[in-house]
Order: sequence, then C-alpha cells, then structure tokens
Amino acid sequence: MLGSAWLALVSGASVAVHRRDVPPAGMVLPPAPVTRIGVMGMVTETQLEAKPRGTAPWAGSAGTLVVAGRDGAALADIAASEASLRRFLMGLPGVDQVGAEARTAMLATRSIKAASKLAALELVVRMIDLTTLEGADTPGKIRSLCAKARHPDLGDAGVPPVAAVCVYPDLVGTAKAALSGSPVAVAAVATAFPSGRAALDVKLADVRQAVSAGADEIDMVIDRGAFLSGRYQLVLDEVRAVKEACGGAHLKVILETGELVTYDNVKRASWLAMLGGADFIKTSTGKVAPAATLPVALVMLEAVRDFDTATGRQVGVKVAGGIRSAKDALRYLVVVRETAGEAWLAPDRFRFGASSLLNDVLMQRTKQLTGAYVRADDFSQD
Amino acid sequence: MSDDRIGVRKTYKLAIGGAFPRSESGRTYVVRAADGGFLANAARASRKDVRDAVVAARKAQVGWAAATAYNRGQVVYRIAEMLEDRRAQFVEAVEAGEGVDARAAGALVDAAVDRLVWYAGWADKVAQVAGSSNPVAGPYFNFSLPEPTGVVGIAAPQESSLLGLVSVVAPAIVTGNATVVVASELRPLPGVTLAEVLATSDLPGGVVNLLTGSLVEVGPVLAAHRDVDALDLCGVPAELVTELEQLAAGSVKRVLRPPAAALDWRERPTPHRMLAFVETKTVWHPVGV
Repeated sequence: MLGSAWLALVSGASVAVHRRDVPPAGMVLPPAPVTRIGVMGMVTETQLEAKPRGTAPWAGSAGTLVVAGRDGAALADIAASEASLRRFLMGLPGVDQVGAEARTAMLATRSIKAASKLAALELVVRMIDLTTLEGADTPGKIRSLCAKARHPDLGDAGVPPVAAVCVYPDLVGTAKAALSGSPVAVAAVATAFPSGRAALDVKLADVRQAVSAGADEIDMVIDRGAFLSGRYQLVLDEVRAVKEACGGAHLKVILETGELVTYDNVKRASWLAMLGGADFIKTSTGKVAPAATLPVALVMLEAVRDFDTATGRQVGVKVAGGIRSAKDALRYLVVVRETAGEAWLAPDRFRFGASSLLNDVLMQRTKQLTGAYVRADDFSQD
Repeated sequence: MSDDRIGVRKTYKLAIGGAFPRSESGRTYVVRAADGGFLANAARASRKDVRDAVVAARKAQVGWAAATAYNRGQVVYRIAEMLEDRRAQFVEAVEAGEGVDARAAGALVDAAVDRLVWYAGWADKVAQVAGSSNPVAGPYFNFSLPEPTGVVGIAAPQESSLLGLVSVVAPAIVTGNATVVVASELRPLPGVTLAEVLATSDLPGGVVNLLTGSLVEVGPVLAAHRDVDALDLCGVPAELVTELEQLAAGSVKRVLRPPAAALDWRERPTPHRMLAFVETKTVWHPVGV
C-alpha cells in the first residue's frame, strides 16, 4: 500500500494502481501524455488515457476487432497464429498479486448505508442470474424458481425481477415457458458444463440445442486443460465456434478461475475469451472451490476495462459461486465502480450468478425498510 | 507476592454461539459492587450483537431440539456439576454483586445448582405431564406432545443475578429451545461467568447466548426481531413492558409477562415456566390391525 499511496501522490488521484497495466503488449495506442508512475520505488513511463471512449479511430465497429497499432498490426492479427497469440498473451503485463489483494481488501472496508444501501441492494437483485445447476433439478423446481425470478419478494411488489434464470440446457424450454411475458432472460450452461471435457461437436450440439430451445444467454466453459498446457489457439477457436453457434444469444465464457491458479492466468484467459468474442466473462462454474473472489473480479474487471480502451467494445463480467451474502455482493459493486467505472454498474455489464444470495438481499432490504431484523423462513427457498 | 501488586481489571465479554466476543460496537460499561466499588468492565451489547446472537440461537436450536430428552437432561445436569465445581467463585461474585454476606451468597449458589438438577430431571418427564393420548371416535391413536417453541428471548431478573438467571434459562432450554438472554444490567457478572460454565458443560454452542448491557437499548431490537419466537419479559421494568409487548406483537411472539410482584427465587419452582415455551403438536396415527 505504500507504493500505491506514493503513486497517487506522483500521478494524481484519478490514476488507479493497476492503470499501469495499460496498454497491453502487442497493441500500441496513439500518442498520449507520458505520466511518470512510481511503484515500489521504481519509476516507469506509461502512456495513459489515449483518447475519449467511443471516438477512438482504432476501435472496430460491428463487433470486428480491428486495432491499428504503431506498426499497422490489427488486433485480429494477434490471433493469426499460435505463436503470435502466445506472444501477445505472455506479453500482457503481470498482475501485482499483493497489490490486487490489498486493493480489494481496502475497497471491502467501504461502508454503504441507508438510501445508498437500499439502491445498491435493488441493483444487486436486477443483476442476479438466479441459478440452479443440480442433478436433482425437476421441471417443477424450475417453474418455482422462475416464479421467484419474476417476483422475488411475494410480500413486496416493489422488488424488481432478476436479470436471468440460469439452468441446464434440457430445462431451457421449461424455464422459457414459465418466464414468457417477463423481462427475465433464460441462460443455459452448455459445452459439457462444468468440466468442459467433451469433443467440440458435442459441445456445439449442446449449445445449439439450448439456443433452439430459446436460451437468451449461453454460459460456456473453456477447456482448462488446454489452457493450462498452453494450447491457447485451441481455446480461442472453441470460444469462436461456440460464439458462432450461439447466433443471437449472448455468450458468457466461464474461465473457472479456481483452476487457473494465478492471477496472470486469469488475465490471459480473460483476454483470450474477449478476443474470441465473449459478451461476458465469468469467474466460475460454482462447482469448484475457490470460486469467485474479489481479487479475481478485480483482475477481470481491469481486463475488461483495458479491452474497452483498446477496442471500444464493452464486455460484461459475471461473478459466480460462493457469493451468499448481500454484504459480499455490495463489496463486488464497490470493486466494479472503482475498477471498470460506473458504466459497468448495470445488469447488461455485471452479473451475479447465485442462488442463496437473492434471499439474503431481500432480507437485508426488508430490514432496511422495516427496521426489524427478519426471519429466513419468511422468504421462499426456491 | 508483594502487597503493591497492580490488580488485574477484567473486562467481561458477551457469549454468542459458544464463543466469547467483545461487543461489535466495542463499547463497555463499568460494573459496580453493591457497595459502589469498582468490580469489572462488561461489554455493552448493541443491536448487531442481538442480531448475531439470534443467528447463533437459530442455528443451534434445530440440533438441540433434535437431541433426545434424556440427553438434554444429562447436559443440564452436567451444567449443575460444573457450577458446583466453581462454587467458590460464584459465591464471591454473588456476594460482591448483590451485597449479601458469604453465608447467604452460598445459599443462593446452592439453590442455583439445585434448580438446574430439578429442571434436568424434568427433561424426559415434561412430555408425560404436558402431553396426552386423546380418545377419538375412530381407529386412530391421537397424541398431543409438547415441542419447543424455538428461539426464546429472555430478559433475566435484575435483582437475582445468578439464581434468578438460572431459574429463567433452565426451564427454557430443557425442553429444547435456544435462548438469547439479556443479563441483569447492574449485576451481569455471575451471568457471564455462568456462560463460561455452559461453554464447558456439553451444551451445544448457541443454545444459550448471553448479552450484557442496556435493556432499554437491546430489548426493543430483540422484541421486534422476526426470528425470535417467544419473549420472557421477567426482568423488564414496568415502564418498558408495554412497548416490548407491542413490538413482539408484530411477529406474533409468545410473551411471558413479568410477575406482578417481586418473586423470591429461592421458593420451590413449578413447571409453569417450562410450559410457557412449548407448543402442543397433535398427531393422528392409524391403529392398524
């Protein structure tokens, strides 16, 4: 923290500690004022804040990734060969593990009270992907979950519906029918969730089935085995193929950060997924511990922010697994606000994948409104 | 040891979920002896401590109620054994806090031990007294059985710091309830020491959670808490009773009003307090062939 405090003194309070990650190697931004940033006693020179967002000449349009670099290389060329992709990913600046953990620990101490808390809790509800991914799921359970998604609190019509219901592909039809006429989307986990261990055509068939059954969003898992053994091209091709199979459905790419071991890997996987066309990058399946953590979310949000700066395309982040309390959820919102910015505080940019979180949020909200502590049994379980 | 040794001034803590945390608020208050001298500091519980205590009680209640009545009786008897072990310490605490002489304090501690033994005996007998096999016009057995109400909030007696406390807590837990107890505000120390006894006597953590501090502050929070099923207002001053009853009505709690006249806790108890915090469940069962 000493280093970051000094950093703020040297380069101004608006420069976040991880801003020095910009720009990633392999792409060069237009000339910008050079700012001196000191970290841990070392002074480096970095170009910051190249151009206002949206008007950047290097930004691609209509989803094509075209980035004009100093040497004319396009971002699309990064993926031209296995070698160039590897060079790009391995060239991404490293993540300062201690710094990331210290920063999230510091942000987690923020106190959000009264009206702000109430507004934040309602935002959390609107960001929730209400999830059930159990072998024991029945159509009846899905229907009751969908009823809860439409009207989370039976005692209070003022509670907005959640963002989506997340189910296995075979239950998409049931969920879709139960949610007809509501703004709640249906998300399906596909591509041999949760392990991702199946042939590509099996995974694609899984996706097509879910999409044809009416899924609005597809949550795919990357091949962690391929990623960890360095076959980045394989992972990228798979994401692209799934993106194509999705058609109009939004694609969320699950990195399963609990299996990626390092924050550097999380960062590389984030970029890989975004290069492959992900609309969202998602931390975890929820089947592996550790699942979502604040530092992992920080690293992913930074990647998303940098990707936006570089390409003009905004990718969402979904945190999933292990987020059970409203307090945890509010901490994530603080990290979102302080990392990617206010634009990401919206359901189309940030999501929580959770099942028990919703009830805790409703309980906190009721407590906030009535002043009396509440009873868990007063809220439906599914 | 020299005479000018500096005394160790103890700061007593709360008892929540089998642990001894400080108040979430960090506050303490000075507890004085009956003669006005400094005794110790005690934690001053806040509403968040009430919240944590109710969460702990709720968590513990299911398992405690599921224990066999025989087992609950053994555990309560074990509390009596542990209390007897530390008799000298309790006599000293009651003597200082209540301003009685050593002989009278000893009698109060003995009575508290006996009270626990008395209620321990009731554990597997209360269903025989409060339950029944009902005659019905059909080929069915029909049983009525007392079941624990759930989480009981208790305002312990203000005057009788040990015997009074034991006399209200034991009847609530012996039937399978979990409790959140607010100890006597001016004489909380024997209660906190009792919590240390409970922690070493096989009682599952969270069955008895003890808060010290201002009843005016934590009482309304406990009364309004929707996850508290019943309220024993024994130690609540008359001017606060109506307010707490109104708050308790919001979630339709069972409420045991304070006694009309001051009780002498040394008197032989009745099953009344046990039966205040049980619900009667009636089941029908086919007789069969």
